[in-house]
Amino acid sequence: MRHIISILLENEPGALSRVVGLFAQRGYNIETLTVAPTEDSTLSRLTMTTTGDDHKIEQITKHLNKLIEVVKLVDLSEGAHIERELMLIKIKAVGAQRAEIKRTADIFRGQIVDVSPSVYTIQLTGTSDKLEAFIEAIGPGCVLETVRTGVSGIARGEKVLSL
Amino acid sequence: MELLSGGEMLVRALHESGVEYIYGYPGGSLLHVYDAVYKQSAVKHVLVRHEQAAAHMADGYARATGKPGVVMVTSGPGATNTITGIATAFTDSIPMVVIAGQVMSHLVGDDAFQETDMLGVSRPIVKHSFSVKRPEDIPEIVAKAFYIAGTGRPGPVVIDIPKDMTMPNERYEYNYPKKVKLRSYSPPQRGHSGQIKKAVELILKAKRPVIYSGGGVIIDGSSDKLRALVDRLNYPCTNTLMGLGAYPGTGQRFLGMLGMHGSYEANMAMHHADVVVCIGARFDDRVTNATSKFCPDAKFIHIDIDPSSISKTIIADVPIVGPVGNVLDEMMALLDEANEQPDEAAIASWWKQIDEWRLRHGGRFDKNESQLMKPQEVIEALWTATKGDAFITSDVGQHQMFAAQYYKFDKPNRWINSGGLGTMGFGFPAAMGIKMNFPDDMVVCVTGEGSIQMNIQELSTCLQYGIPVKILCLNNGSLGMVRQWQDMNYEGRHSNSYMESLPDFVKLVEAYGHIGIKVTERDNLAQALEDTFTKYNDRLVFLDVAVDPEEHVYPMQVPLGSMRDMWLSKTERT
Ligand SMILES: Cc1ncc(C[n+]2csc(CCOP(=O)(O)OP(=O)(O)O)c2C)c(N)n1
Ligand SMILES: [Mg+2]
Repeated sequence: MRHIISILLENEPGALSRVVGLFAQRGYNIETLTVAPTEDSTLSRLTMTTTGDDHKIEQITKHLNKLIEVVKLVDLSEGAHIERELMLIKIKAVGAQRAEIKRTADIFRGQIVDVSPSVYTIQLTGTSDKLEAFIEAIGPGCVLETVRTGVSGIARGEKVLSL
Repeated sequence: MELLSGGEMLVRALHESGVEYIYGYPGGSLLHVYDAVYKQSAVKHVLVRHEQAAAHMADGYARATGKPGVVMVTSGPGATNTITGIATAFTDSIPMVVIAGQVMSHLVGDDAFQETDMLGVSRPIVKHSFSVKRPEDIPEIVAKAFYIAGTGRPGPVVIDIPKDMTMPNERYEYNYPKKVKLRSYSPPQRGHSGQIKKAVELILKAKRPVIYSGGGVIIDGSSDKLRALVDRLNYPCTNTLMGLGAYPGTGQRFLGMLGMHGSYEANMAMHHADVVVCIGARFDDRVTNATSKFCPDAKFIHIDIDPSSISKTIIADVPIVGPVGNVLDEMMALLDEANEQPDEAAIASWWKQIDEWRLRHGGRFDKNESQLMKPQEVIEALWTATKGDAFITSDVGQHQMFAAQYYKFDKPNRWINSGGLGTMGFGFPAAMGIKMNFPDDMVVCVTGEGSIQMNIQELSTCLQYGIPVKILCLNNGSLGMVRQWQDMNYEGRHSNSYMESLPDFVKLVEAYGHIGIKVTERDNLAQALEDTFTKYNDRLVFLDVAVDPEEHVYPMQVPLGSMRDMWLSKTERT
């Protein structure tokens, strides 16, 4: 199963390499990884998605928790949560396709953020599934380039991940 | 407020952290620090002959004392030479602080002379590491390093110090923190009471229990508590290779070591157990054999301070995360309160069964098979000569297993070996680290002619500092353990397991200024041992003892089998 693991990490050089190194060393797979500073400049927030059975995910979270720089950790998939990913996608858009692509983008609530005579660059946010669905809808033949931020997530309701 | 240079702060902070000896080797990036070492006398420095040995010395010290050992090496090759030693300590959860020099900060990343990314290279084999960015941070980093290395599940910590952090003319306020606090690191202080209660209930219901304990008990200094529990319950106890000495080796309730070369009775008892109480051990693959066939009838209680050790290879029925000693205290308290008692009749018939198993193999070996001495009898003679009271370090191979099987350790922290990583070359420097700190105790390195050559240069260090360790080399003229596997699995094709050009060890140690004794006759062994510990008590003695190269270590578990699938001799299988 796919899990979204969210971590408060000491904002220190080398901390990220320890997290990534752990995955490489123990043969765990990282599907997406995003990291950025938080409102507290001493902390970074890191979100990663990984897959594995319960036993494997338990080992992953235990090992992550052992890293000295990991301050707090939550497996968001264990409860209700909001998941978002942002994609910038360049699509070949000529002739009649232009209107069609715009319509599809509208349906997915994407925004055209750059235009050239033959290319639209569209920005889209949503769950990873939604981004996949958009690419599917456009059709692989027209996609020139995609760049995705990887998943960010946050728990629903009152729960907060903080010190 | 006194102002100190970075180098001076480092040495002062080491002293405040309780350091008496640094094991190390100087070089360009550390010259300021070495000058600071020179100018004081509180912290002594031991100059090794190879940095790997420095790490093993610090490691041996740590295993015998429970306190972090300290290593200091220069950047680049000095640092990378310690890697095997750091990995050895990491695998066995040994507290260690490694101070590695680094090139000037402004050169880092430029492929400067003797620059390596030590933090990167060591990352998978350290508990944590630090890089010094400001000289004034040095005392705090040192304090944190010792705290992290020595608490929770211990392990090595590396501190990388660029040369410009130690400039003699740049002085700063020295502040060593009174107390270390890390918001993201708080090792468990006690086990979960509900779980401990469940464990006690399960323990009291057991009909065929085994208490299986490992290095965690020794690291936690909780051997007395383990003994109390075992004796109170009258349950059989087995120790891992790392846990020998936690329960007395000569004790009636002791089954011997378990696992690949464990005793017949220990492995049989494990296989037939209905409750296995694992205390400070980790169901290592050298213990379990095939996990799918491991202890088919058993429920598992697993006590460990590291949650990631629990349910890693064997799923625990009652997991308890916490320091062993604390958990054992709570268990004892619950046992005192409990109305129930162990099932005496069931336990009596379990002991009857175990005693029958004891007769089946009983650590036998064939003394007369050849004229040559058997390695097992040499270890028995060593036990007699030292009255079972020496610190025994070992290298890796058959000699290690024979030492573990035949030297009965009655005390913890006396059996010092690289169990997890299996590092040849560990034993001799580890013995040196111990002897320097226990000058009045007998310290013996049991080794093979293969292993000893991996750090033999330290004979020179021993001369310089007067470290009279004893080296007992079970010389079978071959890489015995490799050869055994080749005998068993490769139809005796001894590919590269034969040492064709061994040195004359007696001459070699004499060249280094020590005593060498060659023993080829059984009749001379006792005298040679006696001389070693009396006449030459204050000298380093190398006993080169010729033993039968054909001997194998038994019992030996059959690969991919269960605990009870063992070879008991070259011809006998369970
Ligand atoms: C550094 C290192 N290299 C290789 C090995 C693999 N190995 C394990 S035992 C062994 C043979 C050891 O020979 P010796 O020291 O003579 O001991 P013996 O088995 O003969 O008693 C070897 C090569 C190892 N454990 N460590
Ligand atoms: Mg040998």
